[in-house]
Amino acid sequence: MTARTLYDKIWDDHVVHQAEDGTCLLYIDRHLVHEVTSPQAFEGLRMTNRKVRAPEKTIAVPDHNVPTTLDRANAATMTEDSRIQVAALDQNAKDFGINYYPVSDVRQGIVHIVGPEQGWTLPGMTVVCGDSHTATHGAFGSLAHGIGTSEVEHVLATQTLIQRKGKNMKVEITGSLRPGVTAKDITMAVIGETGTAGGTGYVIEYCGQAIRELSMEGRMTVCNMAIEGGARAGLIAPDEKTFAYCMGRPHAPKGAAWEAALAYWKTLFTDEGAHFDKVVTIKGEDIAPLVTWGTSPEDVLPITATVPSPSDFTGGKVEAVQRALDYMGLTPGQKLSDIKIDTVFIGSCTNGRIEDLRAAAAILKGKKKKDGIRAMVVPGSGLVRAQAEEEGLAQIFIDAGFEWRLAGCSMCLAMNPDQLAPGERCAATSNRNFEGRQGRGGRTHLLSPAMAAAAAITGHLTDVREMMTEIA
Amino acid sequence: MDKFTKLTGIAAPMPLVNIDTDMIIPKQFLKTIKRSGLGVNLFDEMRYNLDGSEIADFVLNQPAYRKAEIIIAGDNFGCGSSREHAPWALLDFGIRCVISTSFADIFFNNCFKNGILPIVLPQEQVDILMADARKGANARQTVDLEAQTVTTSDGQVFPFAVDSHRKHCLLNGLDDIGLTLEKAAAIDSFEKKHAALHPWA
Repeated sequence: MTARTLYDKIWDDHVVHQAEDGTCLLYIDRHLVHEVTSPQAFEGLRMTNRKVRAPEKTIAVPDHNVPTTLDRANAATMTEDSRIQVAALDQNAKDFGINYYPVSDVRQGIVHIVGPEQGWTLPGMTVVCGDSHTATHGAFGSLAHGIGTSEVEHVLATQTLIQRKGKNMKVEITGSLRPGVTAKDITMAVIGETGTAGGTGYVIEYCGQAIRELSMEGRMTVCNMAIEGGARAGLIAPDEKTFAYCMGRPHAPKGAAWEAALAYWKTLFTDEGAHFDKVVTIKGEDIAPLVTWGTSPEDVLPITATVPSPSDFTGGKVEAVQRALDYMGLTPGQKLSDIKIDTVFIGSCTNGRIEDLRAAAAILKGKKKKDGIRAMVVPGSGLVRAQAEEEGLAQIFIDAGFEWRLAGCSMCLAMNPDQLAPGERCAATSNRNFEGRQGRGGRTHLLSPAMAAAAAITGHLTDVREMMTEIA
Repeated sequence: MDKFTKLTGIAAPMPLVNIDTDMIIPKQFLKTIKRSGLGVNLFDEMRYNLDGSEIADFVLNQPAYRKAEIIIAGDNFGCGSSREHAPWALLDFGIRCVISTSFADIFFNNCFKNGILPIVLPQEQVDILMADARKGANARQTVDLEAQTVTTSDGQVFPFAVDSHRKHCLLNGLDDIGLTLEKAAAIDSFEKKHAALHPWA
């Protein structure tokens, strides 16, 4: 039998029909739904008198719009249009009989954090959601990617997606990471290497010792940003860590079904000699704590570097860099560690899990944020929040002067009231530094939770490794 | 979905690389529960000042390009968020075709679902189309989906590739869901087999 990649295997196991031109109908195991990209899809079903084909495989949770302040039960904390959108999801979940975690449920949170947490996401599955960061679920060795609203409607109605198979790309991170370097730095390093279009048309399999050494939380961070490199999906072969994470989750199989699942999951790896169309190798030891300086996730440099000049680039990127520097208010040659910040945002589907909060709290313990800095922690789910409170992390954040929020997407995309003002500069653990992403005119520097914590203490972008020697 | 067959129209040059979907339609406009009406906010933050007045030098505010139906764009157009509001906004403004050296995958898919044709051409050809577009409103380009060609205002013809299924759907304005439901029997039988093999799924 031909040697196959992990992606090939999952794909093959989900093809319902293949047309002569190679277009496939792919079966979808899990469909995650949120309030922003679904109302038009449900409306489409109503207009055509169609049902949700597999409501038991469909899971909805409001996350993008929801306020994260403690008073969010009060409707006045939401704008009218946000309120309507969340109310539409409440109604659609009820009318179509799908699994639902409303705002009032302690399990509510960011859809990509809730899915794995509740055991909906399991190895070998196809997982889609009307959200580009669906790539997150690839950490379990599932084929997971974002879709548009028309495709949401298509999956709701048919439990399938019309797809053409992508190419295989291997990203190997060899060796071990150095202290102070995290999963976030890996995924940013890869984008820095390949560019934001480098993964277009590919599904990435991340492998290598540094990936194996990551926890499931770290692996989710890596896969989450596959889309920022242009790849629709990123995945990691499941192993004992994956199985241990899944075991006992509310929607994971139990007993004999667990054993059967496990036997299948253990076949989910890339065969020796399988073909990759593109291979990228990065030495784990060479990765430093990274920050972005521009308005594209590929605009990434080690914290020890200086702001580049447009003349360092070629082609269309020259104009883009000039525009980015103007937007970001930065000057070529300026040290990245001299850049002063106004706001720190710790959260998002990239870095809103318990391990991210632990990493930030480890730096913040016994310290205070710099005066005048606005700092907030937005846990990725109600359960992450509860766990962080139990572990004493919440108190560390509160003592350091951070706002301790309820779960949601929050300032990652600023659809709720958590936004940057024009010119305001933010150290953010989220995934996109696009113009206006966190609020019109807002300036975003992407970094890891530990780096965000360090910046909160000093008031400027800071090499977290310096603080780690202090701690030691 | 409206059919796409042949289009002759004004092409707006947007050479900036990595134009993302947050630029195409900023998040504050995603709170709608409808598909229509987003054209007025297309490229909102590039197009309007904070007070709502137009930024005069933005390409779609220039008299020559206010009725553009084609965009010639820099590399990696439509990257970022999966929001289908991006093609909805383009369509509502009147854009039916975008030409670039590459597109982000999800945006590319979303276009076809809404009667917009995204075309990938090599850099040299995009450069020629970009220069042609800069000539203004009199320089109309023609996109012929049946023939799979783009023709500049001075008659240079560039062939392009398009997936046959997507071409068929665009030419006929077909709804994917209807087509897929014709395969309901195949889905039923797959589902049975899949449930037997992977009962946990």
